[in-house]
Amino acid sequence: MIRSRLTAQRLAFLFLLGCFFFNYPLLSVFNRGGDFFGMPPLYAWLMGSWLALIAQMAWVVERKGD
Amino acid sequence: MLQAWVIVLASLAYLGILFAIAWYADRRADTGRSLIANPVVYALSLGVYCTTWTYYGSVGRAAANGIGFLPIYLGPTLLFALAGFILHKMIRVAKANRITSIADFVASRYGKSQLLGGLVTVIAVVGVIPYIALQLKAVSNSFAILTSYPQIIMPATAGAVPILQDSALYVAMILAVFTILFGTRHLDATERHEGMVAAIAVESVVKLIAFLAVGVFVVWGMHDGIGDIFARAAAAPEVARRLATADSPAAYGTWGTLVFLSLFAALLLPRQFQIAVVENVDVSHLRRAVWMFPLYLFLINLFVLPVALAGLLHFPAGTVDADTFVLTLPMAHQHEALALFVYIGGLSAATGMVIVETIALSTMVCNDLVMPLLLRLPMLGLAARADLSGLLLEIRRWAIAIILGLGYLYFRVAGEAYALVSIGLISFAAVAQFAPVVIGGLFWKGGTRDGALAGLAGGFALWTYTLLLPSFAKSGWLPDGFIAHGLFGIELLRPQHLFGLSGLDEITHCLVWSLLVNLGAYIGVSLQRVPNVREARQATLFVGGAEAAASPNWRGSAGVTDLLPLAGRFLGRERAEEAFSRHAQQRGLRSIQELPADARLVSFAETLLAGAIGSASARAMVASVVTEEPLGLDEVMNILDEASQVRAYTRELEQKSLELTRATTDLREANARLRELDRMKDDFISSVTHELRTPLTSIRAFSEMLHEDPRIDLPQRTRFLGIIVSEAVRLSRLINQILDLAKLESGRAEWTVAAVDVGEVIREAVESLTVLFAEKRVALELDVMEQGLTVVADRDRLMQVMVNLLSNALKFVPTDSGRVKVGAGATANEVRVSVTDNGPGIQAEDQEVIFDKFRQGSATTDVLTDKPQGTGLGLPISRQIIEYFNGRLWVESTPGAGARFVFTLPRQAGDNEPVPQGDARLQGAGLGEGAHNKLSRGVA
Repeated sequence: MIRSRLTAQRLAFLFLLGCFFFNYPLLSVFNRGGDFFGMPPLYAWLMGSWLALIAQMAWVVERKGD
Repeated sequence: MLQAWVIVLASLAYLGILFAIAWYADRRADTGRSLIANPVVYALSLGVYCTTWTYYGSVGRAAANGIGFLPIYLGPTLLFALAGFILHKMIRVAKANRITSIADFVASRYGKSQLLGGLVTVIAVVGVIPYIALQLKAVSNSFAILTSYPQIIMPATAGAVPILQDSALYVAMILAVFTILFGTRHLDATERHEGMVAAIAVESVVKLIAFLAVGVFVVWGMHDGIGDIFARAAAAPEVARRLATADSPAAYGTWGTLVFLSLFAALLLPRQFQIAVVENVDVSHLRRAVWMFPLYLFLINLFVLPVALAGLLHFPAGTVDADTFVLTLPMAHQHEALALFVYIGGLSAATGMVIVETIALSTMVCNDLVMPLLLRLPMLGLAARADLSGLLLEIRRWAIAIILGLGYLYFRVAGEAYALVSIGLISFAAVAQFAPVVIGGLFWKGGTRDGALAGLAGGFALWTYTLLLPSFAKSGWLPDGFIAHGLFGIELLRPQHLFGLSGLDEITHCLVWSLLVNLGAYIGVSLQRVPNVREARQATLFVGGAEAAASPNWRGSAGVTDLLPLAGRFLGRERAEEAFSRHAQQRGLRSIQELPADARLVSFAETLLAGAIGSASARAMVASVVTEEPLGLDEVMNILDEASQVRAYTRELEQKSLELTRATTDLREANARLRELDRMKDDFISSVTHELRTPLTSIRAFSEMLHEDPRIDLPQRTRFLGIIVSEAVRLSRLINQILDLAKLESGRAEWTVAAVDVGEVIREAVESLTVLFAEKRVALELDVMEQGLTVVADRDRLMQVMVNLLSNALKFVPTDSGRVKVGAGATANEVRVSVTDNGPGIQAEDQEVIFDKFRQGSATTDVLTDKPQGTGLGLPISRQIIEYFNGRLWVESTPGAGARFVFTLPRQAGDNEPVPQGDARLQGAGLGEGAHNKLSRGVA
């Protein structure tokens, strides 16, 4: 897989993005009271950004034409 | 309906189904239609990451500190984002080197060090056994809780139950049997277990569906959706307090630590390595797994927090263990079937983990711990045994049983000392110690065996001191004084506040110290020296990866220890060593051993070999060293042996071709000789024709004279008739000789073989020629022994030879002053006869020619007619006769001083008493006058 180095680099970019999403300081932004569609903002953020990250990873490796 | 026997039966039926799936997959694999050669199966089988620790424990952790369970699953997601750099490379390297476990991987990377493999195995076993204990605990607890239905009673503390009533013991035993059945039914060279992987994939699906079922039930069955749960939780201060995530640097630090810890764990746990790397069928399956496995993790975590909150809301605080909410919530609402399904899901999570983990560990224990030790014990004589597969399986079975036994023991002793999550993290921290040597080994060529050993040992020691021993102390196995006051009462040595480091949770604290020491020792010690040849070669294989070998401009490196024997195999040991030391000298080195393992050495070896076996073979061979693997090298060696065989054939062909050239030359020479012979035959025929015509002409001339002139007087008539008769005799003699020669040549001559007295034959021959000698006034002297000259021969033929030689001599000696001497004597085993004359002699170059048919020496040429005297058949005929009786005939002569013809014949057996040379001499009888008879010329 990941034949093209471009795909590997795109994934690595997502890795860095994920590291940013899932860590301090970004977490502290969402770690507060209130709710987001009935959910705590931190929970909503983590689940949402996680799913988004997975979707991007899927798009990167499954896209045709590379 | 949830009686114990129903649960037991359901469990066994489930395990039976799994085994059937495994059996079917194995059978499919045997027929080449792999069931697991599928990216989805690969992604699902990776779900073995989610154990009961996830299945039950995540909810427990969520109930304790809200979102804190999540980093354990975010880490693996990030790992798969790095798949292109780490996993992809790892799989390819592992495949190329036939890596069978993580211990094998590390050992192989640092020069195939058995010590290193053993150390990794020990760390893995020590680190993972608590984790196995956790699975046993989870299964036994869930079983106990389920059997207490409809009440919800927390199981008694482990250890409080007598051992024989402890369900965990039976769980451990059943799992051991099951694992042995799965993992060691047969020995696979690649350590792949297709059936097991298929079963694990199915288990992943079962546990995911079971968990999602609980989630759906809790969120939409018990509540009005997720928002409802969160709203209720926010309304309950006790629950809301637990849910809030601490907003402090330490909390974020722990969070980050857990993300990276789980990232490494998803790669380095023995079971993860087994499934992700060893059991990988095709590296391309990784593409699908990149998003599918994170998605699996996402789904299985989707309802963790809602379930945890629901549990906290539903059960009064402290009555029900949060780790069991997944099971107890359906039970509390009388959903028996769902509860049973949840229990089966938990069983899936536990069995999947236990099976893969113990198989991976047993492979490591067998290959990297037990076998190296057994093979080193000379008394067992294992090294000489050809087939060790049975023994290997036996060792693995015992290893599985012992590992599970240790797991049970840990569970029994540790009891309730620790929450599930803590045990899991202790294991994670243990395998995180592999990260520097594994990941460093993939990207940094400078790592050495010593560095890896130092790093692992240091990291393991700190892990033990800061995490394992405190956990033992908390379980009551050790006095816990050293935790509070430090080892020997030294404050700085407090295991969880080492050197005064505080403000961190125990896991982070442990990782900070252990990885610091690990990484520092690994790099620091590695930099103490240059990697040796073996390490450098393995480094090239691992760091350069398959690309290095596949690249057309191959630039890998290999050491002299590999190249020299390979070169020696084809060049001869001495020649190879000579060439290598010359190469070393050119580079200013003192010896072959100093040659660095670099591309220059490789290209030198390649060039060297290319000269011997061709560039393609040389390249393949040198590449084989770079992609070195224990079996592969031999295979390539075999291929190259074939190449050298081909070379031998070529040499043979060259030899054949050379022989053919030689044969052609011979044939050409033979052809030339045939042409010469043909020419000589023509000459001979013309010569014979001439010889035949001469007597014929005179016969015809005299006959015509007699016929045409009746008045010729009687004396004249008588004279003419005399000439006619003698010419006719001569003619018939000539013809007889030609026929004779033809007979001799074709081997159709008739021989009358008997004992012959050579002396008698000589005397008789001399007798018959006396008149001719007398006519030419030639003295004939005889020096013939009286006795002991008996040979086995044809008397008439021998006579023919003697007459030939004598008339030959007579022909060439001068008239009046000619002298011919005949001698005959005997040695121990042969009779020797010589005929010596005082004629003109024979030129040295003619001495052999005169025995050729139709050839005569130049001296025999008649001066007047320039035509050879005689037919030139006498000597060849004589030689044929003598050689027929195993004798020899030759001539000795000095031009101008006469010639001596000599022949020898073997003496007759028994006729060997030495006889004094007789002095009987027969003087040339009479020296009368007579007309020169033409007849004498014919006998040559």
